[in-house]
Amino acid sequence: MSNNEIFSILEKDAKLTPEQIAAMTGSSAAEVSQVIKQAEKDRAIVKYKTLINWDKVGNEHVWALVEVKITPQREVGFDAIAERIYKFDEARTVYLMSGTYDLAVIVTGRTMQEVAEFVTRKIAPIEGVTGTVSHFVLRRYKEDGEIFDSKEEGKRQAVIL
Amino acid sequence: MTTIKPVTTENKPFTSQRVNNIAPSGIRKFFDLLASMNDVISLGVGEPDYTTPWNIREAAIYSLERGRTMYTSNLGMPELRKELSRHLEQRYGLHYNPDNELLITVGVSEALDLAMRATIDPGDQVLMGTPCYVAYPASVILSAGEPVIVPTYESNRFEIAPSTLESAITPHSKAILSGYPSNPTGAVLPREKMLQIAGIARRHNLLVMSDEIYARLVYGVEHTCFASLPGMKERTILLGGFSKAYAMTGWRIGYAAGPREIIAAMTKIHQHTIMCAPTMAQVAALEALRMNNDSVEEMVSDYNRRRQMFVKGLRDIGLSCFEPKGAFYAFPNISITGMNSETFAEKLLAEEKVAAVPGTAFGECGEGYVRCCYATSVPELEEALVRINRFVSKHK
Repeated sequence: MSNNEIFSILEKDAKLTPEQIAAMTGSSAAEVSQVIKQAEKDRAIVKYKTLINWDKVGNEHVWALVEVKITPQREVGFDAIAERIYKFDEARTVYLMSGTYDLAVIVTGRTMQEVAEFVTRKIAPIEGVTGTVSHFVLRRYKEDGEIFDSKEEGKRQAVIL
Repeated sequence: MTTIKPVTTENKPFTSQRVNNIAPSGIRKFFDLLASMNDVISLGVGEPDYTTPWNIREAAIYSLERGRTMYTSNLGMPELRKELSRHLEQRYGLHYNPDNELLITVGVSEALDLAMRATIDPGDQVLMGTPCYVAYPASVILSAGEPVIVPTYESNRFEIAPSTLESAITPHSKAILSGYPSNPTGAVLPREKMLQIAGIARRHNLLVMSDEIYARLVYGVEHTCFASLPGMKERTILLGGFSKAYAMTGWRIGYAAGPREIIAAMTKIHQHTIMCAPTMAQVAALEALRMNNDSVEEMVSDYNRRRQMFVKGLRDIGLSCFEPKGAFYAFPNISITGMNSETFAEKLLAEEKVAAVPGTAFGECGEGYVRCCYATSVPELEEALVRINRFVSKHK
Protein backbone atom coordinates (compact mmCIF):
# COMPACT_ATOMS: atom_id res chain seq x y z
CA MET A 1 0.00 0.00 0.00
CA SER A 2 1.37 3.40 -0.91
CA ASN A 3 0.32 6.59 0.84
CA ASN A 4 -0.87 7.93 -2.49
CA GLU A 5 -3.34 5.06 -2.62
CA ILE A 6 -4.85 6.28 0.65
CA PHE A 7 -5.03 9.86 -0.61
CA SER A 8 -6.65 8.80 -3.90
CA ILE A 9 -9.31 6.92 -1.98
CA LEU A 10 -9.96 9.81 0.40
CA GLU A 11 -10.03 12.35 -2.39
CA LYS A 12 -13.02 10.53 -3.84
CA ASP A 13 -14.80 9.86 -0.57
CA ALA A 14 -13.68 11.69 2.57
CA LYS A 15 -16.22 9.85 4.71
CA LEU A 16 -14.44 6.51 4.55
CA THR A 17 -13.04 5.42 7.90
CA PRO A 18 -9.47 4.21 8.44
CA GLU A 19 -10.96 0.71 8.93
CA GLN A 20 -12.65 0.81 5.54
CA ILE A 21 -9.56 2.15 3.82
CA ALA A 22 -7.45 -0.50 5.52
CA ALA A 23 -9.73 -3.23 4.19
CA MET A 24 -9.47 -1.82 0.68
CA THR A 25 -5.70 -1.56 0.72
CA GLY A 26 -4.81 -4.66 2.67
CA SER A 27 -3.25 -2.73 5.55
CA SER A 28 -4.19 -2.07 9.17
CA ALA A 29 -6.44 0.71 10.42
CA ALA A 30 -3.63 1.91 12.69
CA GLU A 31 -1.28 2.30 9.71
CA VAL A 32 -3.87 4.20 7.73
CA SER A 33 -4.67 6.49 10.67
CA GLN A 34 -1.00 7.20 11.09
CA VAL A 35 -0.57 8.19 7.43
CA ILE A 36 -3.67 10.40 7.58
CA LYS A 37 -2.61 12.10 10.80
CA GLN A 38 0.81 12.89 9.42
CA ALA A 39 -0.69 14.22 6.18
CA GLU A 40 -3.09 16.43 8.13
CA LYS A 41 -0.17 17.75 10.15
CA ASP A 42 1.84 18.49 6.98
CA ARG A 43 -1.25 20.02 5.38
CA ALA A 44 -0.92 17.48 2.56
CA ILE A 45 -4.52 16.81 3.48
CA VAL A 46 -5.82 20.38 3.64
CA LYS A 47 -9.43 19.89 4.57
CA TYR A 48 -12.43 17.55 4.33
CA LYS A 49 -15.34 19.25 2.60
CA THR A 50 -18.68 18.47 1.00
CA LEU A 51 -19.68 19.20 -2.57
CA ILE A 52 -23.16 20.66 -2.44
CA ASN A 53 -25.49 21.37 -5.31
CA TRP A 54 -26.89 24.62 -3.95
CA ASP A 55 -29.42 24.86 -6.73
CA LYS A 56 -31.15 21.81 -5.27
CA VAL A 57 -31.21 23.29 -1.81
CA GLY A 58 -32.91 26.40 -3.14
CA ASN A 59 -30.21 28.60 -1.75
CA GLU A 60 -28.94 30.23 -4.88
CA HIS A 61 -25.50 31.70 -5.08
CA VAL A 62 -24.03 33.78 -7.82
CA TRP A 63 -20.69 32.66 -9.14
CA ALA A 64 -18.34 34.67 -11.29
CA LEU A 65 -14.99 34.06 -12.89
CA VAL A 66 -13.03 37.28 -12.62
CA GLU A 67 -9.97 37.79 -14.79
CA VAL A 68 -7.49 40.12 -13.11
CA LYS A 69 -4.60 41.84 -14.87
CA ILE A 70 -1.70 42.85 -12.71
CA THR A 71 1.56 44.75 -12.96
CA PRO A 72 3.94 42.45 -11.08
CA GLN A 73 5.75 44.08 -8.21
CA ARG A 74 9.46 44.13 -7.56
CA GLU A 75 10.66 41.16 -5.43
CA VAL A 76 7.22 39.72 -4.70
CA GLY A 77 5.95 39.38 -8.30
CA PHE A 78 2.29 38.42 -8.36
CA ASP A 79 2.17 36.85 -4.92
CA ALA A 80 1.51 39.95 -2.83
CA ILE A 81 -1.52 40.97 -4.86
CA ALA A 82 -2.77 37.41 -5.05
CA GLU A 83 -2.59 37.28 -1.28
CA ARG A 84 -4.52 40.52 -0.88
CA ILE A 85 -7.23 38.96 -3.01
CA TYR A 86 -7.33 35.42 -1.67
CA LYS A 87 -7.72 36.63 1.89
CA PHE A 88 -11.23 37.86 1.07
CA ASP A 89 -13.89 35.24 1.85
CA GLU A 90 -15.68 36.15 -1.36
CA ALA A 91 -12.74 34.84 -3.41
CA ARG A 92 -13.44 31.15 -3.46
CA THR A 93 -10.65 30.11 -5.76
CA VAL A 94 -7.56 32.02 -6.91
CA TYR A 95 -5.14 30.84 -9.59
CA LEU A 96 -2.12 32.46 -11.23
CA MET A 97 -2.56 31.98 -14.95
CA SER A 98 -0.52 32.03 -18.12
CA GLY A 99 -1.98 33.93 -21.07
CA THR A 100 -3.81 37.19 -21.49
CA TYR A 101 -4.55 37.82 -17.84
CA ASP A 102 -2.78 36.99 -14.62
CA LEU A 103 -5.15 35.90 -11.88
CA ALA A 104 -8.32 33.89 -12.25
CA VAL A 105 -10.55 34.52 -9.25
CA ILE A 106 -13.79 32.68 -8.65
CA VAL A 107 -16.02 34.96 -6.64
CA THR A 108 -19.29 33.99 -5.02
CA GLY A 109 -22.00 36.16 -3.58
CA ARG A 110 -25.71 36.21 -2.89
CA THR A 111 -26.54 38.51 -5.81
CA MET A 112 -24.89 39.80 -8.96
CA GLN A 113 -24.87 43.20 -7.34
CA GLU A 114 -22.91 41.85 -4.39
CA VAL A 115 -20.33 40.22 -6.64
CA ALA A 116 -20.05 43.32 -8.82
CA GLU A 117 -19.52 45.50 -5.78
CA PHE A 118 -16.86 43.22 -4.42
CA VAL A 119 -14.97 43.37 -7.71
CA THR A 120 -15.25 47.12 -8.13
CA ARG A 121 -14.67 48.05 -4.53
CA LYS A 122 -12.16 45.45 -3.37
CA ILE A 123 -10.26 44.03 -6.33
CA ALA A 124 -10.14 46.72 -9.01
CA PRO A 125 -8.71 49.46 -6.76
CA ILE A 126 -5.78 47.37 -5.48
CA GLU A 127 -2.54 49.01 -6.47
CA GLY A 128 -0.98 47.02 -9.29
CA VAL A 129 -4.31 45.71 -10.61
CA THR A 130 -4.62 47.17 -14.08
CA GLY A 131 -7.94 45.68 -15.10
CA THR A 132 -10.68 43.13 -14.39
CA VAL A 133 -13.20 41.28 -16.53
CA SER A 134 -16.08 39.51 -14.79
CA HIS A 135 -17.87 36.51 -16.28
CA PHE A 136 -20.96 35.39 -14.42
CA VAL A 137 -21.56 31.65 -14.23
CA LEU A 138 -24.91 30.65 -15.72
CA ARG A 139 -24.87 26.99 -14.76
CA ARG A 140 -22.52 24.65 -12.97
CA TYR A 141 -22.54 21.27 -14.73
CA LYS A 142 -19.56 19.60 -13.16
CA GLU A 143 -17.22 20.44 -10.34
CA ASP A 144 -14.10 18.68 -9.10
CA GLY A 145 -14.83 15.69 -11.28
CA GLU A 146 -18.43 15.33 -10.12
CA ILE A 147 -21.36 15.83 -12.49
CA PHE A 148 -24.26 17.52 -10.68
CA ASP A 149 -27.13 16.02 -12.66
CA SER A 150 -25.98 12.93 -14.47
CA LYS A 151 -28.34 11.60 -17.11
CA GLU A 152 -26.62 8.21 -17.30
CA GLU A 153 -29.07 5.34 -17.25
CA GLY A 154 -26.86 2.26 -17.36
CA LYS A 155 -28.62 -0.63 -15.70
CA ARG A 156 -27.22 -4.13 -15.45
CA GLN A 157 -29.07 -7.42 -15.60
CA ALA A 158 -29.31 -9.01 -12.16
CA VAL A 159 -27.41 -12.12 -13.18
CA ILE A 160 -24.97 -12.63 -15.99
CA LEU A 161 -22.89 -15.79 -16.08
CA MET B 1 -61.43 -44.17 -43.25
CA THR B 2 -57.88 -44.50 -42.10
CA THR B 3 -55.52 -41.65 -41.61
CA ILE B 4 -51.97 -42.00 -42.66
CA LYS B 5 -49.54 -41.06 -39.95
CA PRO B 6 -46.36 -39.31 -40.89
CA VAL B 7 -43.70 -41.94 -40.76
CA THR B 8 -40.77 -40.51 -38.90
CA THR B 9 -41.54 -37.48 -36.81
CA GLU B 10 -43.86 -38.68 -34.09
CA ASN B 11 -41.38 -38.62 -31.24
CA LYS B 12 -38.57 -36.85 -32.89
CA PRO B 13 -37.95 -33.33 -31.60
CA PHE B 14 -37.52 -30.53 -34.06
CA THR B 15 -34.44 -29.32 -32.25
CA SER B 16 -31.10 -30.80 -33.19
CA GLN B 17 -29.38 -33.53 -31.26
CA ARG B 18 -26.35 -31.26 -30.88
CA VAL B 19 -28.34 -28.60 -29.12
CA ASN B 20 -30.18 -31.15 -27.03
CA ASN B 21 -26.80 -32.41 -25.86
CA ILE B 22 -26.24 -29.15 -24.01
CA ALA B 23 -27.54 -29.68 -20.50
CA PRO B 24 -30.21 -27.15 -19.51
CA SER B 25 -29.05 -24.64 -16.92
CA GLY B 26 -29.52 -26.11 -13.46
CA ILE B 27 -30.22 -22.77 -11.90
CA ARG B 28 -33.40 -21.81 -13.71
CA LYS B 29 -35.32 -21.86 -10.44
CA PHE B 30 -32.85 -19.40 -8.98
CA PHE B 31 -33.24 -17.02 -11.93
CA ASP B 32 -37.02 -17.19 -11.69
CA LEU B 33 -36.93 -16.35 -8.00
CA LEU B 34 -34.55 -13.48 -8.63
CA ALA B 35 -36.75 -12.07 -11.38
CA SER B 36 -39.68 -11.87 -8.96
CA MET B 37 -37.83 -9.82 -6.32
CA ASN B 38 -37.04 -6.15 -5.77
CA ASP B 39 -34.27 -4.43 -3.83
CA VAL B 40 -31.84 -7.28 -4.31
CA ILE B 41 -28.12 -6.60 -3.94
CA SER B 42 -26.79 -8.49 -6.89
CA LEU B 43 -23.34 -10.02 -6.75
CA GLY B 44 -24.47 -12.14 -9.68
CA VAL B 45 -23.42 -9.91 -12.52
CA GLY B 46 -20.52 -10.65 -14.81
CA GLU B 47 -19.71 -7.17 -16.02
CA PRO B 48 -18.16 -3.91 -14.86
CA ASP B 49 -20.30 -1.39 -12.99
CA TYR B 50 -18.81 1.41 -15.05
CA THR B 51 -20.35 2.77 -18.17
CA THR B 52 -18.04 2.92 -21.18
CA PRO B 53 -15.61 5.87 -20.88
CA TRP B 54 -17.05 8.91 -22.62
CA ASN B 55 -14.29 9.34 -25.18
CA ILE B 56 -15.13 5.86 -26.52
CA ARG B 57 -18.85 6.54 -26.65
CA GLU B 58 -18.24 9.94 -28.20
CA ALA B 59 -16.08 8.44 -30.94
CA ALA B 60 -18.87 6.01 -31.85
CA ILE B 61 -21.51 8.75 -31.83
CA TYR B 62 -19.34 10.93 -34.02
CA SER B 63 -18.88 8.10 -36.51
CA LEU B 64 -22.65 7.63 -36.65
CA GLU B 65 -23.11 11.33 -37.28
CA ARG B 66 -20.65 11.05 -40.12
CA GLY B 67 -22.66 8.19 -41.56
CA ARG B 68 -20.29 5.30 -40.94
CA THR B 69 -23.08 2.78 -41.01
CA MET B 70 -21.88 0.36 -43.68
CA TYR B 71 -20.28 -3.08 -43.43
CA THR B 72 -16.57 -3.23 -42.85
CA SER B 73 -14.16 -5.83 -44.20
CA ASN B 74 -15.04 -9.33 -42.92
CA LEU B 75 -11.89 -9.32 -40.84
CA GLY B 76 -12.77 -5.95 -39.31
CA MET B 77 -11.69 -2.38 -40.07
CA PRO B 78 -8.05 -2.31 -41.24
CA GLU B 79 -7.25 0.61 -38.85
CA LEU B 80 -8.60 -1.38 -35.92
CA ARG B 81 -6.60 -4.48 -36.85
CA LYS B 82 -3.46 -2.37 -37.25
CA GLU B 83 -3.99 -0.72 -33.89
CA LEU B 84 -4.74 -4.08 -32.27
CA SER B 85 -1.58 -5.53 -33.75
CA ARG B 86 0.41 -2.63 -32.26
CA HIS B 87 -1.34 -3.13 -28.94
CA LEU B 88 -0.47 -6.85 -28.76
CA GLU B 89 3.08 -6.13 -29.82
CA GLN B 90 3.43 -3.52 -27.12
CA ARG B 91 1.86 -5.59 -24.33
CA TYR B 92 3.26 -9.01 -25.11
CA GLY B 93 5.97 -8.52 -27.72
CA LEU B 94 3.89 -10.62 -30.10
CA HIS B 95 3.62 -9.73 -33.75
CA TYR B 96 0.36 -10.57 -35.51
CA ASN B 97 0.01 -9.55 -39.12
CA PRO B 98 -3.09 -7.33 -39.23
CA ASP B 99 -3.84 -8.53 -42.76
CA ASN B 100 -4.33 -12.19 -41.98
CA GLU B 101 -3.66 -13.11 -38.36
CA LEU B 102 -6.33 -10.99 -36.64
CA LEU B 103 -10.10 -11.24 -36.83
CA ILE B 104 -12.52 -8.81 -35.17
CA THR B 105 -15.54 -10.64 -33.75
CA VAL B 106 -18.80 -10.06 -31.95
CA GLY B 107 -17.35 -10.39 -28.47
CA VAL B 108 -15.10 -13.19 -27.31
CA SER B 109 -18.21 -15.37 -27.39
CA GLU B 110 -18.22 -15.39 -31.17
CA ALA B 111 -14.45 -15.80 -31.31
CA LEU B 112 -14.70 -18.86 -29.07
CA ASP B 113 -17.45 -20.38 -31.18
CA LEU B 114 -15.48 -19.75 -34.37
CA ALA B 115 -12.33 -21.22 -32.88
CA MET B 116 -14.21 -24.41 -32.04
CA ARG B 117 -16.03 -24.71 -35.33
CA ALA B 118 -12.88 -24.02 -37.32
CA THR B 119 -10.79 -26.65 -35.56
CA ILE B 120 -12.96 -29.34 -33.97
CA ASP B 121 -14.21 -32.38 -35.84
CA PRO B 122 -16.85 -34.73 -34.43
CA GLY B 123 -15.35 -36.72 -31.60
CA ASP B 124 -12.39 -34.43 -31.04
CA GLN B 125 -11.76 -33.76 -27.39
CA VAL B 126 -11.11 -30.36 -25.86
CA LEU B 127 -9.58 -30.30 -22.39
CA MET B 128 -10.60 -27.58 -19.98
CA GLY B 129 -10.14 -26.82 -16.31
CA THR B 130 -13.34 -26.38 -14.34
CA PRO B 131 -15.12 -24.58 -12.72
CA CYS B 132 -15.16 -22.59 -15.95
CA TYR B 133 -17.19 -20.14 -17.94
CA VAL B 134 -20.49 -21.74 -18.98
CA ALA B 135 -19.90 -21.35 -22.70
CA TYR B 136 -16.73 -23.45 -22.75
CA PRO B 137 -18.26 -26.94 -22.70
CA ALA B 138 -21.27 -25.75 -24.71
CA SER B 139 -19.12 -24.36 -27.51
CA VAL B 140 -17.33 -27.71 -27.84
CA ILE B 141 -20.60 -29.65 -27.88
CA LEU B 142 -22.03 -27.36 -30.56
CA SER B 143 -19.06 -28.31 -32.70
CA ALA B 144 -19.83 -31.99 -32.07
CA GLY B 145 -16.68 -32.27 -30.04
CA GLU B 146 -16.32 -33.67 -26.55
CA PRO B 147 -15.44 -31.44 -23.62
CA VAL B 148 -13.03 -33.16 -21.23
CA ILE B 149 -13.31 -31.78 -17.75
CA VAL B 150 -10.18 -31.36 -15.64
CA PRO B 151 -11.30 -30.33 -12.16
CA THR B 152 -9.36 -27.65 -10.29
CA TYR B 153 -9.44 -27.12 -6.56
CA GLU B 154 -9.34 -24.36 -3.99
CA SER B 155 -6.36 -26.08 -2.34
CA ASN B 156 -4.53 -25.53 -5.62
CA ARG B 157 -5.79 -21.94 -6.02
CA PHE B 158 -8.01 -23.23 -8.86
CA GLU B 159 -4.96 -23.58 -11.08
CA ILE B 160 -5.12 -26.41 -13.55
CA ALA B 161 -2.60 -29.09 -12.56
CA PRO B 162 -0.33 -29.95 -15.50
CA SER B 163 -0.02 -33.61 -14.44
CA THR B 164 -3.80 -34.07 -14.21
CA LEU B 165 -4.19 -32.34 -17.54
CA GLU B 166 -1.63 -34.60 -19.16
CA SER B 167 -3.20 -37.76 -17.77
CA ALA B 168 -6.53 -36.77 -19.36
CA ILE B 169 -5.01 -36.69 -22.84
CA THR B 170 -6.17 -39.40 -25.27
CA PRO B 171 -5.58 -40.01 -28.98
CA HIS B 172 -8.74 -37.92 -29.57
CA SER B 173 -7.43 -34.86 -27.75
CA LYS B 174 -7.29 -31.90 -30.07
CA ALA B 175 -7.05 -28.79 -27.95
CA ILE B 176 -6.70 -27.24 -24.52
CA LEU B 177 -9.12 -24.45 -23.72
CA SER B 178 -7.61 -22.18 -21.09
CA GLY B 179 -9.49 -19.41 -19.35
CA TYR B 180 -7.30 -17.39 -17.02
CA PRO B 181 -7.90 -14.98 -15.30
CA SER B 182 -10.87 -17.16 -14.53
CA ASN B 183 -14.55 -16.58 -14.50
CA PRO B 184 -15.87 -17.79 -11.99
CA THR B 185 -12.95 -18.24 -9.59
CA GLY B 186 -10.81 -15.13 -10.20
CA ALA B 187 -7.76 -17.41 -10.37
CA VAL B 188 -4.76 -16.55 -12.51
CA LEU B 189 -2.33 -19.13 -13.79
CA PRO B 190 1.29 -18.54 -12.80
CA ARG B 191 3.79 -18.38 -15.62
CA GLU B 192 5.64 -21.55 -14.51
CA LYS B 193 2.45 -23.57 -14.79
CA MET B 194 1.67 -22.05 -18.16
CA LEU B 195 5.12 -23.08 -19.33
CA GLN B 196 4.44 -26.66 -18.22
CA ILE B 197 1.09 -26.68 -20.01
CA ALA B 198 2.74 -25.22 -23.10
CA GLY B 199 5.22 -28.12 -22.94
CA ILE B 200 2.37 -30.60 -22.78
CA ALA B 201 0.64 -28.94 -25.74
CA ARG B 202 3.83 -29.17 -27.80
CA ARG B 203 4.58 -32.77 -26.81
CA HIS B 204 1.08 -33.96 -27.68
CA ASN B 205 0.63 -31.64 -30.65
CA LEU B 206 -2.37 -29.89 -29.13
CA LEU B 207 -3.83 -26.55 -30.02
CA VAL B 208 -4.36 -24.03 -27.20
CA MET B 209 -7.34 -21.74 -27.21
CA SER B 210 -6.72 -19.08 -24.63
CA ASP B 211 -9.59 -16.88 -23.51
CA GLU B 212 -7.85 -13.81 -22.09
CA ILE B 213 -10.81 -11.45 -21.83
CA TYR B 214 -9.80 -10.53 -18.26
CA ALA B 215 -6.13 -9.97 -19.16
CA ARG B 216 -6.12 -6.35 -18.01
CA LEU B 217 -7.83 -7.10 -14.70
CA VAL B 218 -5.04 -8.59 -12.61
CA TYR B 219 -3.93 -7.47 -9.18
CA GLY B 220 -0.36 -7.50 -7.96
CA VAL B 221 0.65 -10.00 -10.65
CA GLU B 222 1.44 -9.73 -14.31
CA HIS B 223 -0.70 -11.32 -16.97
CA THR B 224 1.15 -13.73 -19.22
CA CYS B 225 -0.27 -14.21 -22.68
CA PHE B 226 -0.28 -17.88 -23.66
CA ALA B 227 0.81 -17.15 -27.21
CA SER B 228 3.89 -15.31 -25.92
CA LEU B 229 5.40 -18.47 -24.44
CA PRO B 230 8.21 -20.07 -26.45
CA GLY B 231 6.93 -22.04 -29.43
CA MET B 232 3.28 -21.32 -28.63
CA LYS B 233 2.27 -18.61 -31.07
CA GLU B 234 1.93 -21.12 -33.90
CA ARG B 235 -0.40 -23.35 -31.87
CA THR B 236 -2.41 -20.81 -29.89
CA ILE B 237 -5.63 -19.01 -30.71
CA LEU B 238 -5.66 -15.94 -28.51
CA LEU B 239 -9.19 -14.80 -27.73
CA GLY B 240 -9.54 -11.30 -26.38
CA GLY B 241 -11.92 -8.43 -26.21
CA PHE B 242 -12.85 -5.01 -24.98
CA SER B 243 -15.78 -5.78 -22.69
CA LYS B 244 -14.07 -6.02 -19.34
CA ALA B 245 -11.06 -3.71 -19.59
CA TYR B 246 -12.97 -0.84 -21.18
CA ALA B 247 -16.40 -1.50 -19.69
CA MET B 248 -17.78 -2.22 -23.16
CA THR B 249 -19.87 -5.36 -22.58
CA GLY B 250 -22.92 -4.21 -24.52
CA TRP B 251 -20.89 -3.26 -27.60
CA ARG B 252 -20.11 -6.91 -28.27
CA ILE B 253 -16.65 -6.53 -29.66
CA GLY B 254 -13.79 -9.00 -29.40
CA TYR B 255 -11.07 -10.57 -31.49
CA ALA B 256 -9.12 -13.68 -32.28
CA ALA B 257 -5.39 -13.70 -33.00
CA GLY B 258 -3.71 -16.79 -34.31
CA PRO B 259 -1.95 -18.68 -37.06
CA ARG B 260 -2.90 -17.54 -40.53
CA GLU B 261 -4.61 -20.76 -41.65
CA ILE B 262 -6.76 -20.92 -38.51
CA ILE B 263 -7.78 -17.27 -38.77
CA ALA B 264 -8.63 -17.90 -42.43
CA ALA B 265 -10.81 -20.86 -41.43
CA MET B 266 -12.51 -18.86 -38.70
CA THR B 267 -13.06 -15.98 -41.11
CA LYS B 268 -14.82 -18.34 -43.51
CA ILE B 269 -17.44 -19.14 -40.87
CA HIS B 270 -17.57 -15.53 -39.68
CA GLN B 271 -18.27 -14.19 -43.18
CA HIS B 272 -21.11 -16.65 -43.69
CA THR B 273 -22.71 -16.08 -40.31
CA ILE B 274 -21.89 -12.60 -39.06
CA MET B 275 -20.40 -10.77 -42.04
CA CYS B 276 -18.55 -8.32 -39.82
CA ALA B 277 -18.66 -7.03 -36.27
CA PRO B 278 -20.87 -3.92 -35.92
CA THR B 279 -19.13 -0.94 -37.48
CA MET B 280 -19.88 1.52 -34.66
CA ALA B 281 -18.56 -0.93 -32.09
CA GLN B 282 -15.37 -1.30 -34.12
CA VAL B 283 -14.95 2.47 -34.18
CA ALA B 284 -15.42 2.49 -30.41
CA ALA B 285 -12.86 -0.29 -29.98
CA LEU B 286 -10.37 1.67 -32.05
CA GLU B 287 -10.78 4.66 -29.76
CA ALA B 288 -10.37 2.36 -26.74
CA LEU B 289 -7.02 1.13 -28.05
CA ARG B 290 -5.85 4.64 -28.86
CA MET B 291 -6.70 6.26 -25.55
CA ASN B 292 -4.11 6.44 -22.82
CA ASN B 293 -4.06 3.79 -20.13
CA ASP B 294 -5.09 6.06 -17.27
CA SER B 295 -8.76 5.23 -17.17
CA VAL B 296 -8.12 1.48 -17.43
CA GLU B 297 -5.57 1.71 -14.64
CA GLU B 298 -7.95 3.79 -12.56
CA MET B 299 -10.66 1.14 -12.94
CA VAL B 300 -8.21 -1.64 -12.11
CA SER B 301 -7.11 0.04 -8.88
CA ASP B 302 -10.71 0.62 -7.98
CA TYR B 303 -11.55 -3.07 -8.52
CA ASN B 304 -8.49 -3.97 -6.50
CA ARG B 305 -9.69 -1.94 -3.50
CA ARG B 306 -13.08 -3.57 -3.62
CA ARG B 307 -11.48 -6.99 -4.09
CA GLN B 308 -9.35 -6.65 -0.98
CA MET B 309 -12.18 -5.28 1.07
CA PHE B 310 -14.67 -7.92 -0.06
CA VAL B 311 -12.38 -10.94 0.31
CA LYS B 312 -11.35 -9.77 3.78
CA GLY B 313 -15.04 -9.35 4.64
CA LEU B 314 -15.84 -12.90 3.53
CA ARG B 315 -12.95 -14.29 5.54
CA ASP B 316 -13.97 -12.29 8.60
CA ILE B 317 -17.38 -13.96 8.32
CA GLY B 318 -15.59 -17.29 8.54
CA LEU B 319 -15.92 -18.35 4.92
CA SER B 320 -12.76 -19.70 3.43
CA CYS B 321 -11.94 -17.74 0.31
CA PHE B 322 -8.79 -18.15 -1.71
CA GLU B 323 -7.27 -14.91 -2.94
CA PRO B 324 -8.51 -14.17 -6.45
CA LYS B 325 -5.82 -12.28 -8.34
CA GLY B 326 -7.75 -11.59 -11.50
CA ALA B 327 -11.13 -10.72 -13.03
CA PHE B 328 -13.71 -9.34 -10.58
CA TYR B 329 -14.97 -12.42 -8.83
CA ALA B 330 -14.51 -13.97 -5.42
CA PHE B 331 -15.35 -17.65 -5.08
CA PRO B 332 -15.94 -18.32 -1.38
CA ASN B 333 -16.29 -21.81 0.04
CA ILE B 334 -19.67 -22.08 1.70
CA SER B 335 -19.35 -25.63 3.05
CA ILE B 336 -19.41 -24.49 6.73
CA THR B 337 -23.13 -23.87 6.26
CA GLY B 338 -23.69 -27.52 5.35
CA MET B 339 -25.72 -26.39 2.34
CA ASN B 340 -25.00 -27.16 -1.26
CA SER B 341 -24.33 -24.23 -3.60
CA GLU B 342 -27.80 -24.02 -5.03
CA THR B 343 -29.56 -24.15 -1.69
CA PHE B 344 -27.16 -21.56 -0.31
CA ALA B 345 -27.78 -19.20 -3.23
CA GLU B 346 -31.55 -19.69 -3.14
CA LYS B 347 -31.83 -19.20 0.61
CA LEU B 348 -29.44 -16.26 0.66
CA LEU B 349 -31.60 -14.63 -1.97
CA ALA B 350 -34.89 -15.46 -0.25
CA GLU B 351 -33.79 -14.59 3.29
CA GLU B 352 -31.35 -11.73 2.76
CA LYS B 353 -31.96 -10.51 -0.79
CA VAL B 354 -28.40 -11.01 -1.88
CA ALA B 355 -27.84 -12.70 -5.24
CA ALA B 356 -24.74 -14.82 -5.79
CA VAL B 357 -24.36 -17.51 -8.43
CA PRO B 358 -24.11 -21.16 -7.31
CA GLY B 359 -20.68 -22.57 -8.14
CA THR B 360 -22.30 -25.57 -9.80
CA ALA B 361 -23.40 -23.32 -12.68
CA PHE B 362 -19.74 -23.51 -13.71
CA GLY B 363 -19.28 -27.26 -13.43
CA GLU B 364 -19.75 -29.98 -10.86
CA CYS B 365 -16.57 -29.13 -9.02
CA GLY B 366 -18.03 -25.72 -8.29
CA GLU B 367 -20.13 -27.49 -5.66
CA GLY B 368 -19.56 -25.93 -2.26
CA TYR B 369 -18.84 -22.48 -3.68
CA VAL B 370 -20.69 -19.42 -4.89
CA ARG B 371 -19.49 -16.81 -7.33
CA CYS B 372 -19.67 -13.25 -6.05
CA CYS B 373 -18.88 -10.36 -8.36
CA TYR B 374 -17.38 -7.43 -6.48
CA ALA B 375 -17.83 -4.98 -9.37
CA THR B 376 -20.45 -3.11 -7.41
CA SER B 377 -20.33 -0.07 -5.14
CA VAL B 378 -18.52 -0.18 -1.80
CA PRO B 379 -21.67 0.60 0.24
CA GLU B 380 -23.48 -2.24 -1.53
CA LEU B 381 -20.61 -4.62 -0.92
CA GLU B 382 -20.56 -3.64 2.76
CA GLU B 383 -24.28 -4.20 3.06
CA ALA B 384 -23.98 -7.53 1.23
CA LEU B 385 -21.30 -8.60 3.71
CA VAL B 386 -23.53 -7.66 6.66
CA ARG B 387 -26.32 -9.76 5.20
CA ILE B 388 -24.10 -12.72 4.30
CA ASN B 389 -22.69 -12.60 7.81
CA ARG B 390 -26.18 -12.71 9.35
CA PHE B 391 -27.10 -15.57 7.02
CA VAL B 392 -24.00 -17.64 7.68
CA SER B 393 -24.19 -17.15 11.47
CA LYS B 394 -27.77 -18.32 11.39
CA HIS B 395 -27.08 -21.46 9.36
CA LYS B 396 -23.64 -22.70 10.28
